[in-house]
Amino acid sequence: MKKSFKLRDLECANCAAKMEDKIGRIPGVASARVNFLTQKFTLEAPEDSFEQILDQAQAVMSSIEPDCRIVR
Amino acid sequence: MALSRAQLRLRNRIILAIAIFFGVFGFCELAPLEAWLGGTSQAVTFQFFAYLVPFLIGGYDVLRNAIAGIIHRQPFDESLLMTIATLGAFAMVAFPDSDPHMAEGAAVMLFYQVGELFQSYAVGKSRQSIAEMMDITPDYANVDRNGSLVQVDPEELSVGDLFVVKPGERIPLDGVIQSGSSTLDTSALTGESAPRSIHEGQEVASGCINLTGVLTVSATRIFEESTVSRILELVENASDKKARTESFITRFARVYTPVVSISALLLALVPPILFGAPWADWVERALTFLVVSCPCALVISVPLTFFGGIGGASRAGVLVKGGNYLEALSQVDTVVFDKTGTLTTGSFDVVAANPALGVTPEHLLETAAFAEAFSDHPIALSIKKAYGREVSPSRVQEGRNYAGAGVSVIYDGEACLAGNAQLMEDLEIPYTPNTTPATVVYVAREGRFLGSLTIADRVKDQARDAIDALHGVQVYSCIMLTGDRQPVAQEVAERLSLDGYQAELLPQDKVSALEEVLAKKPSGSQVAFVGDGINDAPVLTRADVGIAMGALGSDAAIEAADVVLMDDDPSKIALAIRIARKTMSIARENIVFALGVKFGVLGLAAFGLANMWMAVFADVGVAILAILNAMRAMRVKDLVSTGKKRL
Repeated sequence: MKKSFKLRDLECANCAAKMEDKIGRIPGVASARVNFLTQKFTLEAPEDSFEQILDQAQAVMSSIEPDCRIVR
Repeated sequence: MALSRAQLRLRNRIILAIAIFFGVFGFCELAPLEAWLGGTSQAVTFQFFAYLVPFLIGGYDVLRNAIAGIIHRQPFDESLLMTIATLGAFAMVAFPDSDPHMAEGAAVMLFYQVGELFQSYAVGKSRQSIAEMMDITPDYANVDRNGSLVQVDPEELSVGDLFVVKPGERIPLDGVIQSGSSTLDTSALTGESAPRSIHEGQEVASGCINLTGVLTVSATRIFEESTVSRILELVENASDKKARTESFITRFARVYTPVVSISALLLALVPPILFGAPWADWVERALTFLVVSCPCALVISVPLTFFGGIGGASRAGVLVKGGNYLEALSQVDTVVFDKTGTLTTGSFDVVAANPALGVTPEHLLETAAFAEAFSDHPIALSIKKAYGREVSPSRVQEGRNYAGAGVSVIYDGEACLAGNAQLMEDLEIPYTPNTTPATVVYVAREGRFLGSLTIADRVKDQARDAIDALHGVQVYSCIMLTGDRQPVAQEVAERLSLDGYQAELLPQDKVSALEEVLAKKPSGSQVAFVGDGINDAPVLTRADVGIAMGALGSDAAIEAADVVLMDDDPSKIALAIRIARKTMSIARENIVFALGVKFGVLGLAAFGLANMWMAVFADVGVAILAILNAMRAMRVKDLVSTGKKRL
């Protein structure tokens, strides 16, 4: 399943690149894209664990940029 | 653009901090602190805490992020590096042999924050102007409800619903005009500024602006599938496909920060420990290093350049599906064209019927038209058009297609055949060859040759200009592939001054013909294939850059191609190449400029020639300049107009 989310308060491009790299390494993630310019996060992951992975992705984002939120 | 709430808060805080900073600065410089406090060390201690006030007001969020970074084990975080550098400047006071650097520490933090604010403003502004440029989304649709027009969300309409478009309004959904006639401004989609006149029964694309008359339109697609939505989706997704240059920057950034940070550490420790150099001096140099260690200028400006280039191109009616294709497009030195529908209009006309002895032209045409009953190839359509009467499918059975050669059916119980000379040879039907330089369809019925039809396709008005424009951008190899006969191909090739052509290719031969071209290309150059996306999807996919033309409304073409020209003007190809090259050169400028300044300052700092001020400029100053430069990528107007002038 592939889904796109808006991001709030993604302020730094380098952080976006780091997030993308880290989220891509979460087990189960088929592909992850953190687009700084469009402020969008696209996640491709198995449907049954999607929500769980999304939570992990949010945790990664918060650890890199504390204010950054996935708008669900 | 108004500042966002967060930006406003940051701005106010910076202003306050700067005011306090100057207050402290003035006080410390002018007041006889040493006399009042009874000694130099007391005076320094006072200054230390005094400068800490504006430092904390201006930069507390940086400190907070730095701590968060440590907690989450994110080393080399920009905030952390900045914190170490500025706190380090404060801590220099601990070295007895150095001058106090508190003012510098506080000022560098404030300067950095001002830079961050500018940077976030500049990025927001660029993002917004690209978004505005792409703002072709209609806000509402007028629907008749009980005799009065109401505005509804276009997403609420379904296929077949009627809606009204008044002059000056954007067409909300793709549809067919039920009543009314008008002129349309299609520039938002095609970049073509000349208005197009339209009337009842014609299809219209969403996103166009209705200029003169009131139109009643019946929706043929729902909003999510409409042209507007598809274009927006395409352009947004385009920034997900990174160019090699972009991926290089990302990889570079991952290495750059750790390397610079470790060098800073070595710089601070090695000379004093091994060679007994003064600590203060080398720690200061190391702190300067840390300030330059963020690769932000590159990480923001290079993708922004590509985004701007893709946005600008889409405004000119050229949809590029990713940064990687823009990059490839900039290196194109060979363009391979499909003939039909690309260099020629693709609307064929039967210009002559040459019946065999004892056959009437009507009989010949009728047989041909029914033989082509199941085909919607442009040639088939032209024959049916020339026949002019209804081709009822109920009278036709057993349609068969000889790939690239012709078709056959059983019509009223008789075997009817239409195709090229090869088909006649293969089926051993004696025929009279027709040697006119045009497409010839031979017709047979029950094994008897009835005659041939001469069908001509018109070369597009802009085709010659398109080839000239390509030669103008140093693309010296324009090659045409066609399934048409040799004389036809030669005639078109000469007329358009093409650099080469291959004729009489079956559809599957086109891929191998393209592969031959691909095999011969010098390394570092790219081969583009231009087609109308109808029969040439495999070739489009095989080329380095597949360009589909006249794609307004053709899903298959948009799917298969890497670059989509919204209208069918082939001279847009040269424009696309020019936009791509401009974008690439801006991206390169930014890389060279940002890295040049950063490495320059690093070098100077290593020799003790750079101070923290220069370092902050090398960090945020360069980022801002690179962002401003990146914005040039979305301006394609000058390319469009100079392109026209030259033609």
